[in-house]
Amino acid sequence: MAQAIFIILSLITLGCALVVVTNRNLFHSALYLAFVFVGVAGLYFMLQAEFFAGIQVLIYVGAILTLIIFAIMLSRDLMNPNVRGFNRQWWAAAIVAGLLFVVLAVVLWRAPWPAAPVGEPSADFIAELGQALVSPAYVLPFEVVSILLLAALVGSILIARER
Amino acid sequence: MDWIDALLIPAIKSLVVIVVLLLAFAYMTYVERKLVGRFVRRYGPNRAGPFGLLQPIADAFKAIFKEEVIPTEVDKWLYVICPGIAVAGSLIVFGVIPVGDSFMAWGRKITMVVADVNVGVLYVVAMAGLGLYGIFLGGWASNNNFSLLGALRSTAQVITYELPMGLAIASIATITGSLRFGDIIAAQKTLPLIILQPVGFLVYFISGMAEINRSPFDMPETENELVSGYSTEYGGIKFAIYFMAEYINMIVMSILVATLFLGGWQGPFAHLSPLLQLVWLVVKAAVVLFVFIWVRASIPRVRYDKWMKFGWKFLVPLGLANLAVTAVVVALVA
Amino acid sequence: MQHYVFIGLFLVVAVLFPIIAVGVAYFLRPKRPTPEKCSTYECGLETRGPTWVRFRAQYYLYALIFVVFDIEVAFLYPWAVAYNRLELFGLIEMLIFLGILVVGLAYAWRKGALEWM
Repeated sequence: MAQAIFIILSLITLGCALVVVTNRNLFHSALYLAFVFVGVAGLYFMLQAEFFAGIQVLIYVGAILTLIIFAIMLSRDLMNPNVRGFNRQWWAAAIVAGLLFVVLAVVLWRAPWPAAPVGEPSADFIAELGQALVSPAYVLPFEVVSILLLAALVGSILIARER
Repeated sequence: MDWIDALLIPAIKSLVVIVVLLLAFAYMTYVERKLVGRFVRRYGPNRAGPFGLLQPIADAFKAIFKEEVIPTEVDKWLYVICPGIAVAGSLIVFGVIPVGDSFMAWGRKITMVVADVNVGVLYVVAMAGLGLYGIFLGGWASNNNFSLLGALRSTAQVITYELPMGLAIASIATITGSLRFGDIIAAQKTLPLIILQPVGFLVYFISGMAEINRSPFDMPETENELVSGYSTEYGGIKFAIYFMAEYINMIVMSILVATLFLGGWQGPFAHLSPLLQLVWLVVKAAVVLFVFIWVRASIPRVRYDKWMKFGWKFLVPLGLANLAVTAVVVALVA
Repeated sequence: MQHYVFIGLFLVVAVLFPIIAVGVAYFLRPKRPTPEKCSTYECGLETRGPTWVRFRAQYYLYALIFVVFDIEVAFLYPWAVAYNRLELFGLIEMLIFLGILVVGLAYAWRKGALEWM
């Protein structure tokens, strides 16, 4: 049964992702993107990574997508049907995307996948995650994240602020 | 784990929850109209049936049989689908909230929750963001300046007030040590969290009212400036569905406040019967709902820019301070 | 795992409901559109100017500030859940984390990025 759910979920996610990139109406794309994010959250659920599924919906659907929609509303000629879907750099983008695909495919192909289930996650994984975040192993990345967020904030204010 | 446990019982639970929520929505509109009427010395609905009790049913029939008008200028696909997204988004939040402990029926132990997951509170906060797109994209699809403004306001308001809400929830989690609703309710066995977290409660309550667009913070549909906000171009069943989403959000929010701060289904004698637990939860939620309506009837609407300023410059710092103080106090006590 | 099957089921029922409601109404209601009926209502007058225009960058900035703080809150949840088990060190680390972000909030405040225009 898990396999059937996985296949259905992946098909929905991939189908919506396809519509996101092919649709001419950016707002329709935004809605499909929400479905894609929810579908990915469903895959996290299936991997028993409940916390990440919640964070996926919270951050990607709740925050990033809002940002994307506001970015769409910044674009010119939004509803002009004469704007072409391709610009002069499409072949460069295609090459980069193809390279990325090859790299990812090789990495995934080479990766040693566990043949047997790695076992149930502990019931208390959120607390363990919290402990790990402030443990000596991860405390530096953790604090660097806050610097990174601060830099993003300051940078965006500097760039976007109208004088 | 046979198919009855795996599929039938959760399916029945889901259906029961959704039907009860819909009935609660119908009579919530009646109670609100009646109460607001009494607050300003009117009668409120009193024609359909005794005391106007059949009014919600009349409204439902009116919405279903009303002629469909889809304006020619709208983005038709989004226009049709968005009310559905809004109401589905508000319904699914309820899936993780326990309305009682558990009871035995036909030799099976039935828990009174669809799924009490580990990340319950996080799930609620995250899913609430999903219904927002129903409102935003619906307002955008209407192709109407005022609808778009209402939609924009709704988005900005919800994202702003999500932060203090998250901070209040984090303060709760430092005390309860869990994000699961079952654990949070169990932690309030002796003392409801409202006593330990009065500031957190206030922050949560205010941002909760903002999240569900309740008056005096109903910026997306300020009828004296934006006509009817995002729902201006909607009519018939689609408008009814938007309306439903709004009221179900309100009911869910009241139950969340009752569960997170007022002890949920716990109360004197609640361990005697699951029915009594349900009654306690309903009573607590009803009190919160009454306060929502009371506030609406008493307080004039705030101005939008001041309201946003209040969120960022008062509620967020207050939530941060509350979290820091809670953390220090918990550390001192432990 | 089992829980999420329940939630998935609940999701299906929740999505079916509006579909059924709209579907039932589709068969029951009259539909006689006329050009006048189907014009945009807005506020009762003719609409002026296009709605789907380019917006100011201010809104984008607003959303971006929100994303930054939303991620901050996302980091707070596991920390808060684990709080009972942490040493004093854990508290101090989180206060540093928050302190850096409060600097960001103060900066946005001073630059007026929190004003709604």
